[in-house]
Amino acid sequence: MKYTAATSALALGLTLAAPALAEVESQDPIRLTTHDWTGQIVNTTILGEILKKAGYNVELVQADYIAQFAGLKTGDLHVATEIWETTGREAMDEATATGNVVNLGESGMKAIEEWWYPAYMEERCPGLPDWKALNDCAQEFATSETAPLGRYLGGPVTWGGFDEERVESLGLDFEVVHAGTDAALFAELESAYQREAPIVLWIYSPHWSTVKYDGSYVEFPPYTPECYDDPSWGTNPDMAYDCAKPTGPIWKVAWAGVEEKWPGAAEIIRNYTLSNDEMGALVAAVDLDGESIEDAAAGWMEENADKVDGWIN
Amino acid sequence: MIWRRLIRPGALFWWALLAATWALSTWSFQLYKAFDARWIIRFPSGWKLPMESWISDAMKWLLEDATFGLFTFRELTRFVSAVIEAPYDLVRAALADGFMQGQGSYAVEIAPPLSWIAVIAIMAILGRVARDWRLAALTGACFLYLAVFGQWDSAMVTLASVMIAVPIGVLGGLLLGIASFRWPWVERALRPLLDLMQTVPVFAYLVPVLFLFGFGPVAALVATVVYAMPPMVRVATVALQSVPEEVVEAGKMAGCTRRQMMWKVLIPSAAPTLMVGVNQVIMLTLNMVIIASMIGAGGLGFDVLSALRRLDIGGGIEAGLAIVVMAIALDRVSQAFSTRLPSKVAGQDVNFVRRHPWFATAFAIIALTYIAGLFLPPVQSYPEAATLTTSAFWEDAMRWINVNFYDTLEAIKDVFLTTLLLPVKRFFTGIPWAWGLIAVSLAAGRIGGWRLGLLALLLTGFIIVNGLWAKAMITVYLVGVSVLIAYAIGVPLGIWAGQNARAHKWVGAFIDTLQTLPSFVYLIPVVMLFRVGDFSAMIAVILYALAPAVRYAAHGIRSIEPQMIEAGLVSGCTRRQILWRIKLPLAAPSLLLGLNQTIMLAISMLVITALVGTRDLGQEVYIALTKANTGQGIVAGLSVAFIAIIADRCVSAMARQSRERLGLQ
Repeated sequence: MKYTAATSALALGLTLAAPALAEVESQDPIRLTTHDWTGQIVNTTILGEILKKAGYNVELVQADYIAQFAGLKTGDLHVATEIWETTGREAMDEATATGNVVNLGESGMKAIEEWWYPAYMEERCPGLPDWKALNDCAQEFATSETAPLGRYLGGPVTWGGFDEERVESLGLDFEVVHAGTDAALFAELESAYQREAPIVLWIYSPHWSTVKYDGSYVEFPPYTPECYDDPSWGTNPDMAYDCAKPTGPIWKVAWAGVEEKWPGAAEIIRNYTLSNDEMGALVAAVDLDGESIEDAAAGWMEENADKVDGWIN
Repeated sequence: MIWRRLIRPGALFWWALLAATWALSTWSFQLYKAFDARWIIRFPSGWKLPMESWISDAMKWLLEDATFGLFTFRELTRFVSAVIEAPYDLVRAALADGFMQGQGSYAVEIAPPLSWIAVIAIMAILGRVARDWRLAALTGACFLYLAVFGQWDSAMVTLASVMIAVPIGVLGGLLLGIASFRWPWVERALRPLLDLMQTVPVFAYLVPVLFLFGFGPVAALVATVVYAMPPMVRVATVALQSVPEEVVEAGKMAGCTRRQMMWKVLIPSAAPTLMVGVNQVIMLTLNMVIIASMIGAGGLGFDVLSALRRLDIGGGIEAGLAIVVMAIALDRVSQAFSTRLPSKVAGQDVNFVRRHPWFATAFAIIALTYIAGLFLPPVQSYPEAATLTTSAFWEDAMRWINVNFYDTLEAIKDVFLTTLLLPVKRFFTGIPWAWGLIAVSLAAGRIGGWRLGLLALLLTGFIIVNGLWAKAMITVYLVGVSVLIAYAIGVPLGIWAGQNARAHKWVGAFIDTLQTLPSFVYLIPVVMLFRVGDFSAMIAVILYALAPAVRYAAHGIRSIEPQMIEAGLVSGCTRRQILWRIKLPLAAPSLLLGLNQTIMLAISMLVITALVGTRDLGQEVYIALTKANTGQGIVAGLSVAFIAIIADRCVSAMARQSRERLGLQ
């Protein structure tokens, strides 16, 4: 990205002494991808700082969450820090199957995705968070477009999630409306929250919204793989999806060449983990308190210096 | 007069077509049940062409296997990336990052980027050179705004990509324009290609561009150039064609070679018109800032996106306004250059400083600020403590509107939904595909002759065989309703602006802002007030597509010859009669052109409304983008383009007929 090395050195005819650092396998920059949500950028920035501390050169490259796999396969891009089990599994499996992309293990964070409602709805719909209460209050959640059904705001259709099927199999008196992006999703939540208006929608964490807004996830019958595969499982004997959404790990993946070119770095990346709580605090600091991503990452590095040194050695 | 025209025999065709379509749309479901023929309402999936996978496979082949013998196709595109990246890195280092030596932790800064004072001074000098001190003050103030509101670093990254994309777009467009001018077959071949470049939504080709040119700013630059170049090609062709014959003759008599003729005679005489093209390229490049940032361009676009993702409405508006301000400065300077008179050239004998006073001044300022910056950090970069922010104000304003007016807005929305949107949606989505194909072709043929009818048949057929009929109809419904309302608001505004100089100024400023303000900025407030749904999408489309309706209406009214109005006055017309009987009929061709542009902008906005949550072709394109599916994206993108092309051809044909009726040609 920067106007680097050779050209400027030639232009000025200078060579400057480099500061002494640990020997690493290759000076080529390791390219980490950043996407368009804060948590992932903070996460990647921290990993970048750790690798720098170990002596590697690092470059952060902005790339689309799914499109990046094309770059990871060819070695244009090197490391992706967050592939969510819930949304990225398909693309990740396809990429690792080619042998050019490897899974470097869990990031330590768990992805949760579920129907969520703000705390003030508990008064108006006393049975919550139990899912059975949703039907008693469907009227509360109705809008003129969906009445007499309640309105549930789902995520973008590309996120999947089987909400239409869930509504059907659990007999919920709700209509699923899909937001186009998660920005639209949270815009509606913000609007409803300001007015204390009824809303039930798809929320995921780790994300700043669960830190900023007071509320809870609806409790559906717990997820099991059989629930999705076997119609006879659960309350509805004829249909699948009569349960909660699965939760799952967030994975770290990399171009297969990383392990050959920078084996030490690959080891560090494998070791690196972050918990949901740590992530929540970091994201809240950036998105709610206005701290810069660099400062938040630097703060975390300082507090966890021992842990980081353990990963490096 | 209008009523009489509606019951003429010629109008019968339209009434019959409408009645048949309405009947089929209303009873298509019953027909399907009665004949037990599901194909009536759903295009059978067995007949669908696997065009998506053909395109995806072709893309894969290009990426993995295509080769020219000595090097592969991919190496070629990567080479192109490298060629673009070198100057980009240089400009970016000069404006934003500074010159570094070494990599990563070893990097040492050799020289800082240009200081904010130097950049502002250079922009002001550009304004002075282009016209006068007033323009210099304006451009200087615009860039000062960027510094004061804390947008400097991002703005410089955006400026760096503008400074690379614009010359490539201009030069490429000029060369293609020259080729079209020299060889008519090039022009014929290019025309449909340019149409597609302008109508296929950018989202549709982001994925292939990423695959071919790699991840990062270069891919974003390539996509920007594809989007911003077509007007330059068109303008260059027209500009060269309209160089006066005498000038060409003079060149011939002076014994010019073909090359001299082009570069010393034709292009200099066409320069003012060419600058209009340059201006267009700059504006379109700035339109792309947000989308480009989705694939790694960074800068102001990224700030807008990330602000909106964390619902920081104020932050989004500030970054969005920074784009507007930058657009204003660059627009005014480039417009001034297009009307600039050649300045007096000092003799060759005086020294360099005398010959190029402004260049020398700029150089002196750069040198001075560089040296001063070494000792005084605020000279190098604008002190963070002195930046202003209006973020909290926007936040509070939005909350106030939301809490106090939500219910009123909800009621208005319900009226629109039940009386307009839902009935229109039912009408369009009910039309069986087979009849739709016939009806579109008949209508197009009736308007523009059998060639146009055939074109409409083929293009609509493409949409149908790809199984996109239902989504296309939702697209048509959303565009139709939005255009109707945008036109109903825009034309009266334009007429008012056309008759009143003061109104013209205010309305002009208003629509300029609407057009350059990235639509993402108002998408989120619109969703907050109107929820996810078609209505929000419609509001966003209207806001964006309003501008041409206003502009062309105002232009049409203003360009009526005063004698016509005087004639009306003399024969004792009232003001109302002058407007309805003289001004409006004479402005009709202009109004139709405005309609055409309104439709085009509405269609180009559709893809962005998919971010709110619509179920149309825009959503199809967006899904393809998020799944990195090249084939799906291109097919859906072409379908959008084809709808636009059919609409464009039909409205243009109507405009041509109306001009002929008025004897304007």
